Amino acid sequence: MKLTLKIWRQKNAADEGRMASYEVDDVSPDMSFLEMLDVLNERLILEGEDPVAFDHDCREGICGMCSLVIDGTPHGPEKATTTCQLHMRKFKDGDVITIEPWRARAFPVVKDLVVDRSAFDRIIQAGGYVSAPTGSAPEAAAIPVPKADANDAFDAATCIGCGACVAACPNASAMLFTAAKITHLGLLPQGQPERYDRVVSMVDQMDAEGFGGCTNTGECTAVCPKGIPFETISRLNADLLKASRG
Amino acid sequence: MATRPRPKTPSPAAGPLKRYRSSVGKKAVMAVTGAILVLFLIAHAIGNLKVFLGRQDFNHYSHWLRSVGEPAIPHRVFLTALEVVLTVAVLLHVWAAVSLARQARRARPVRYAARPKAHEHRYATHVMRYGGIVIVLFVIWHLLDLTFGAVNPKGGNAQPYDKVIADFDPSRWYITLFYVVAVILVGLHLRHGLFSAVQTLGWGRQRRYPAVRVVADVVAALLVIGFVSVPVMVTIGVLK
Repeated sequence: MKLTLKIWRQKNAADEGRMASYEVDDVSPDMSFLEMLDVLNERLILEGEDPVAFDHDCREGICGMCSLVIDGTPHGPEKATTTCQLHMRKFKDGDVITIEPWRARAFPVVKDLVVDRSAFDRIIQAGGYVSAPTGSAPEAAAIPVPKADANDAFDAATCIGCGACVAACPNASAMLFTAAKITHLGLLPQGQPERYDRVVSMVDQMDAEGFGGCTNTGECTAVCPKGIPFETISRLNADLLKASRG
Repeated sequence: MATRPRPKTPSPAAGPLKRYRSSVGKKAVMAVTGAILVLFLIAHAIGNLKVFLGRQDFNHYSHWLRSVGEPAIPHRVFLTALEVVLTVAVLLHVWAAVSLARQARRARPVRYAARPKAHEHRYATHVMRYGGIVIVLFVIWHLLDLTFGAVNPKGGNAQPYDKVIADFDPSRWYITLFYVVAVILVGLHLRHGLFSAVQTLGWGRQRRYPAVRVVADVVAALLVIGFVSVPVMVTIGVLK
């Protein structure tokens, strides 16, 4: 396959950045999207040019490190799939593909397609944990958890924190990410003591980071590589309203 | 790697009112005020349909609105109270909307070069934000027209029935068209708004979404049909 890539190039956070065009020949349909970028980078290095910087780590779809807005869609055209698990067979010979970083004030560009997602870490630090005494693992049946709650909590806990929800949201809101953690911990007995303080602190931190507000468009769930359910946001809203009523 | 200073950790809540200034709190304000306005619209649409019962019934209904509860409640007190509640609801709704729209604008300083092919409900942001502005302008015209009579051919002192008939006369088809377009915009606004309110108030669950969407669509459609029927029937000459 022969492809034309339009890629966002930006030297550093201070640079203004621009779109640059690259031709890539001999792309195999079996390559992953990131392997295709590796091929481009090898050539750029041989030609003495600066390779395109992009985030990646496990390349197994479980770490949340890869990103990329591909033709306007975070993680590209395949539903519930990270960019590293997206294969070039999804594209056609001669395609022009636009590749951009996550766009949000709270996710400043570090270089090219790499953005700083520490804002997510700070939201988690604000309350995305349970305080528990350390020691040996407790006996599993000591605290019963209803199966339905365990299922919903696990669905929410599959969030890998990649930030695709923010990238897709017309408001650049971090609600799905925050709500996934609120739901995960709020459904389990261990999360109850800090439940209402947690939601207040995490929402405050989310707003302080400069993310937008949620307007319930559902773009986030549509692009989420882990299919975090839309109802997590409603659960967060319910907890925050309960916390506000005192 | 740190490219920007760590944002200040927000101070703990200084009271329940402060909570409503968070992005989630503002949405709750929008949901509650929106619900008040929808309840009003339902009553308004039912009241409008009285025009089909004839001149006397419609004018009597209009008079009744001013004398509700007399003599226990003095003349026009009920209507004035309703107007105050609605005005406050509209102001709070718009305040929350403007402030969330500004927050969203700040949250994405650099826009995408590639326009996505529309995943979910891209239209919602346009219908809600820009549609909302058009709806406000329509409401202002509508009040000047049929409440105060300032832009009505019959003026402010005419009977309600006569104002309606004169307003949507076949020769003024463009006024009817304007009302129809505005009311459809209100319907689209409610289509997303009703669903959104359920989600914002914390009742949204995966298993309930299909039913919530159907109810939102049906309520929006019934309101549009109810409101549109009056001007259209006058313009095509069924109501005289």
